[in-house]
Amino acid sequence: MDGETQFLIELVTNGMLTGMMYALVAVGFVLIYKSTDAINFAQGEFCMIAAIFIASFVFLYGFPLWLSIIVVLVLMILFNVALERVVLRPMIGRPVVAIIMATIGLALMFRGLGPLLFGAETRPINLPIPDLPIIWGPLFMSPIDVLGAAISVIFLAGFGWFFLKSRIGVAMRAVADSHQVSMAMGINVERYFVIAWVLAGVVALLGGIVWGNAIGVDTQLAALGLKVFPVVILGGLDSIIGVVVGGIIVGVVEALAAGYLDPYVGGGTKDFTPYVLMILVLMVRPYGIFGKPIIERI
Amino acid sequence: MSDGANGSAEIALRVENLSKNFGGVKAVGDVSVTVPKGLIYAIIGPNGAGKTTLLNMISGFYAPDQGSIHLGNEDITRLNPANRATKGIARTFQNIALFNGLTVLDNLMMGRHVHMKAGVLASFLYWGKAQREEVEHRRRVEEIIDFLKLSDLRREPTGALAYGLRKRVELGRALAVEPSLLLLDEPMAGMNQEEKEDMVRYVLDVNGEFGTTIVLIEHDMGVIMDISDRIAVLDQGSKIADGTPDEVRNNPQVIEAYLGSGH
Repeated sequence: MDGETQFLIELVTNGMLTGMMYALVAVGFVLIYKSTDAINFAQGEFCMIAAIFIASFVFLYGFPLWLSIIVVLVLMILFNVALERVVLRPMIGRPVVAIIMATIGLALMFRGLGPLLFGAETRPINLPIPDLPIIWGPLFMSPIDVLGAAISVIFLAGFGWFFLKSRIGVAMRAVADSHQVSMAMGINVERYFVIAWVLAGVVALLGGIVWGNAIGVDTQLAALGLKVFPVVILGGLDSIIGVVVGGIIVGVVEALAAGYLDPYVGGGTKDFTPYVLMILVLMVRPYGIFGKPIIERI
Repeated sequence: MSDGANGSAEIALRVENLSKNFGGVKAVGDVSVTVPKGLIYAIIGPNGAGKTTLLNMISGFYAPDQGSIHLGNEDITRLNPANRATKGIARTFQNIALFNGLTVLDNLMMGRHVHMKAGVLASFLYWGKAQREEVEHRRRVEEIIDFLKLSDLRREPTGALAYGLRKRVELGRALAVEPSLLLLDEPMAGMNQEEKEDMVRYVLDVNGEFGTTIVLIEHDMGVIMDISDRIAVLDQGSKIADGTPDEVRNNPQVIEAYLGSGH
């Protein structure tokens, strides 16, 4: 195999691994959108704040990593339950844009809260994995990315099963389909909103761990939220398979742009190519690749 | 009946002096309806008479401005739709409102929701109990699927089904609630003759076999006169008549409301 092909394979593999990690963050948007019809613009900040708490507990207070993760998991769940009760529930029935504005406010609050509580320096999350690259045939992969992708695959498959088969998941889809009809079936709609927000919190924690492990923990992690936006839009806001495919597409496009375009223009192309792709897709399929086309009957 | 002297035990639904205005427009004004248990009770009237508004107040989607609603002996005026479903009220919608992303089976299973005892946490943790419950609910849903002859369609997403079938699935989902009171908002609207005949048979069977009290809104007079035990007639938000089909048919006010003055 010549060096050129080798290079391409490497870019694609690493792009796919990164893409799976994007998908893990992106699925947080899907969870909220599927059940409440709103977009949570604070999803990236959820990841960030979870990672900041985990890293800070370890480095400032000497918690073991596993304990730190469990404590933050509990905190995230409690916080999201409270968030739904106090902020979001009173907004049910109000225009969706009101909920979106609330999540933007939440995002800004988190960005201030992290550094305020624990200082602004960058801390690592060190998962117990080797540093040596994994070499498998022509593939050359970083263990951090492989672990991140593996965690993503496991949880995304879990969510897929959950929505397709489990009673709660099916009920969540029903609630997303129509609040009114769900109520007529005796479904306590608010309860499923709580579950959606709690799940989004748990996913954010996973995303925070995986990405904190990969790139370090500081407020920069919040940019993940914007970063995965093309993923969500590409895949369709209501599709779990969509975020996987969207994640892989974005990851690969980024990697290819970095590999082939950056040498000519001096770098930085991977930061905007996903958005160019997003705009192109939106022109053809405004509801994303896997999203449900909403057809208004007149 | 031990307390037969007090007839109230035999009342399925009692609506008293119910009023609803939308921004100064009277939709329903001072309507009282008493539905005895086990009957098929039709609500008819010209377009805009307030039939659907009345149904929406009974199922809890609109809060009445005035008046009260009793299910049996229980005042449900202030309950939300979900709690009314738990009390045994199920309904269908005028413009079919199925969960289109879900299969026929899952739609019907959603109707079982009020009977699912294992809570959210329990279904996460105690798989055994949730599993056993699931099997039992599935059995009931299969009975309904057989009853409505939907066997071949159970795995189909409802969005893809033909209109008449979607209406039938919606009836099935309401039946899965095992309601004591079933509200049907124009169950035969937009159907062809054959589909109508099927639906009439199902409505009669539900009433006959399970003794379910049925309140329905329908425009097809032939069907209404055939299957209803009693009929209430609304016009411009007020009740102008109620009684047996024969009484209603011969009521001069009803004739005028339907044909207009000058006839």
